[in-house]
Amino acid sequence: MEHTGAEILLECLKREGVDVVFGFPGGAVIDIYDAIPRFPLRHVLVRHEQGAVHAADGYARASGKVGVALVTSGPGATNTVTGIANAYCDSIPMVVITGQVPTPLIGNDAFQEVDIVGITRPCTKHNYLVKDIDQLATVIREAFYLARSGRPGPVLIDLPKDVVQAKTKFVYPKTVKMRSYNPTIKPNKLQVKKAVDMFLAAERPLFYVGGGVISSDGSEELAWLARNLNIPVTATLMGLGAFPGDDPLFLGMLGMHGTYAANMAINNCDVMIAVGARFDDRVTGKLATFAPEAKIVHVDIDPTSIRKNVRVDVPVVADCREALKGFKELVRERLGEKDYKKANEPWVVRVQEWMKTHPLTYRTDTGCENEPDAGKIKPQYVVETIYEITRGDAIIATEVGQNQMWAAQFYKYNKPRTLLTSGGLGTMGYGFPAAIGAQLAFPDKLVVDIAGDGSIQMNIQELITAVCNNLPVKIVILNNNYLGMVRQWQELFYAKNYCATCMDAQPDFVALAKAYGAEGFRITEPEDVKPVLEEAFKLPKAVIVDVRVTKEENVYPMVPAGASLTEMLLV
Amino acid sequence: MRHVLSVLVENEPGVLSRVSGLFSGRGFNIESLNVGPTLEEGVSLMTITTTGDDQIIEQIIKQLRKLVTVIKVVDLTEMQAVEREMMLIKVNAEDSNRAEILRTVDIFRCKVVDVSQNEMTIEVTGNQGKLCAILNLLSRFGIKEIARTGTVALKRSMQLD
Ligand SMILES: Cc1ncc(C[n+]2csc(CCOP(=O)(O)OP(=O)(O)O)c2C)c(N)n1
Repeated sequence: MEHTGAEILLECLKREGVDVVFGFPGGAVIDIYDAIPRFPLRHVLVRHEQGAVHAADGYARASGKVGVALVTSGPGATNTVTGIANAYCDSIPMVVITGQVPTPLIGNDAFQEVDIVGITRPCTKHNYLVKDIDQLATVIREAFYLARSGRPGPVLIDLPKDVVQAKTKFVYPKTVKMRSYNPTIKPNKLQVKKAVDMFLAAERPLFYVGGGVISSDGSEELAWLARNLNIPVTATLMGLGAFPGDDPLFLGMLGMHGTYAANMAINNCDVMIAVGARFDDRVTGKLATFAPEAKIVHVDIDPTSIRKNVRVDVPVVADCREALKGFKELVRERLGEKDYKKANEPWVVRVQEWMKTHPLTYRTDTGCENEPDAGKIKPQYVVETIYEITRGDAIIATEVGQNQMWAAQFYKYNKPRTLLTSGGLGTMGYGFPAAIGAQLAFPDKLVVDIAGDGSIQMNIQELITAVCNNLPVKIVILNNNYLGMVRQWQELFYAKNYCATCMDAQPDFVALAKAYGAEGFRITEPEDVKPVLEEAFKLPKAVIVDVRVTKEENVYPMVPAGASLTEMLLV
Repeated sequence: MRHVLSVLVENEPGVLSRVSGLFSGRGFNIESLNVGPTLEEGVSLMTITTTGDDQIIEQIIKQLRKLVTVIKVVDLTEMQAVEREMMLIKVNAEDSNRAEILRTVDIFRCKVVDVSQNEMTIEVTGNQGKLCAILNLLSRFGIKEIARTGTVALKRSMQLD
């Protein structure tokens, strides 16, 4: 029997274990939409293609599966670019299917034609234009394999309308054969031994972990090593949740808005074990003074990450979990040699002392004098209260800006995959659709988007997606009437020239929520924060909570861009 | 330092732009890039000449290997290799200079491939040094145009050290 391209696509999705697709239809994909009702697939109609891709991304981050988005050609395709770039920067497994004009029209400036394969070449792990229906099944199989294996990432498949309509016999390739793609999963034994020798001999070892630990499911191995050897752990924004946030060995995030303890530990450690982190400039600050005393072990599945920014003494190319497992096996054999826990104790004490003397904190007075109509609520307090209410048992998405940094600092992520945030690209408008994706993956979990008043307006249209799919996502807006993070830079480095960051004109977020059929609350008094959030979190529907917070609050500590990690501005 | 990279790629549409886009997008330098088919169907060989310090070259090689359509990358600079480039030079050739030009052509064992009353086009093949030398010598007659292929290279069969 022969099948259309549309049927083959949907059958392949089924076999790849895809149960939900986020999409938006159009002429180039109408045949696929025509076939969808005949397949056991949930299609979630978003209101903007960027929303579809971020939702697929949130679904992937929360569940560990491949997220899938389906959109039409031309503008549908270009609307996905930000979402794809976002997933690429954070190594999120995703397959994006775009419609394309029929093959005879390609290159003719046809209606709704755009060279999306060309546009997305630099921000996908790989991409395909399928010109022949007989290649379709193989391409889809490869795309999923590429998206989820090695260093995960987004893969785009561009499908011309005539290929979708054509018919052929369906053959699902049993295996994927790509001679030019062989990610290294297992670590080299010798390198593992060198690494273990190095950190067992250290006096001041430190784990610096990133998103790679989470995407490889390496958290258990990490916790075993850290606890059995008494090694403190600091994480990047992407790494939050890889190690329990409430563990006494956890120092919090490092870098530009990292904790005093984490940045001081970086500055003083003698061996740094970097796992699944890529020494991003927001993390390292001035490279020349980064970890000046440390020998560096760097574990990463992507060889290009190693020695890209810093010198590395022991490179280990492998899946993070496999490498950590390798470390664990060797360490276990050698635990009897010496009391490593005790040996590292003085260092741990020192690090914990830093935590005690300089905890994450904020001023509880109303703040700046030249702020006559200041709100009374501290945004940090709101995040703390969210943690208190949920006891960490929620999935938190964030937008970008101060809200994101406070969400990173004042909520403790005790489990992996509980923080969804745009780390690499810093995409405003990411959090809410990502929360929708996560809620679809975990219908019974509490999913909260911690938002800024600026960011939330970038994909607010997805509110109706949440409402009509009965997704009880909570949006908590830390509403400071500013594009706060940019205002903070203007305050600190541009003589308070608040050009284009004041957002005095704003929608009535409560009325807006109601207009979409969601629920809305406004909080203006500190004593209302807890009870109203509790009520909002209990409601079985989408809710916006508009919290009017102090306007000119800043995120501290802060390492100015390009400065050394020790040059922190403190509260 | 100058490096000659030999890059084996799947000959798919867009592969050239994947490779050149990698260089432009990451701010790497391309001195020349040459592509042609190999003995194996569906596989092409690119010879890329580039410059950079050790760390940049290491990144270039790793980033190339990361491309899904790249099968193999070899840095020929690290071994003995044969390097050749072809260049066409259109040079001013007044009667008074003709003999001198032809003598140069002879010495460099290259060919005259087109002549007119006052111009001559010469085909030169060789390594960078040779091309540079002949350009230099002919420049006093006035060079009107040149076209170069960029380097192609193969590892020598015998690696003597
Ligand atoms: C799409 C996009 N445009 C611009 C920026 C630059 N930017 C970074 S933070 C920020 C301010 C965000 O304001 P808001 O969402 O209100 O959050 P706040 O910082 O006040 O918490 C801006 C404009 C960005 N990150 N993303």
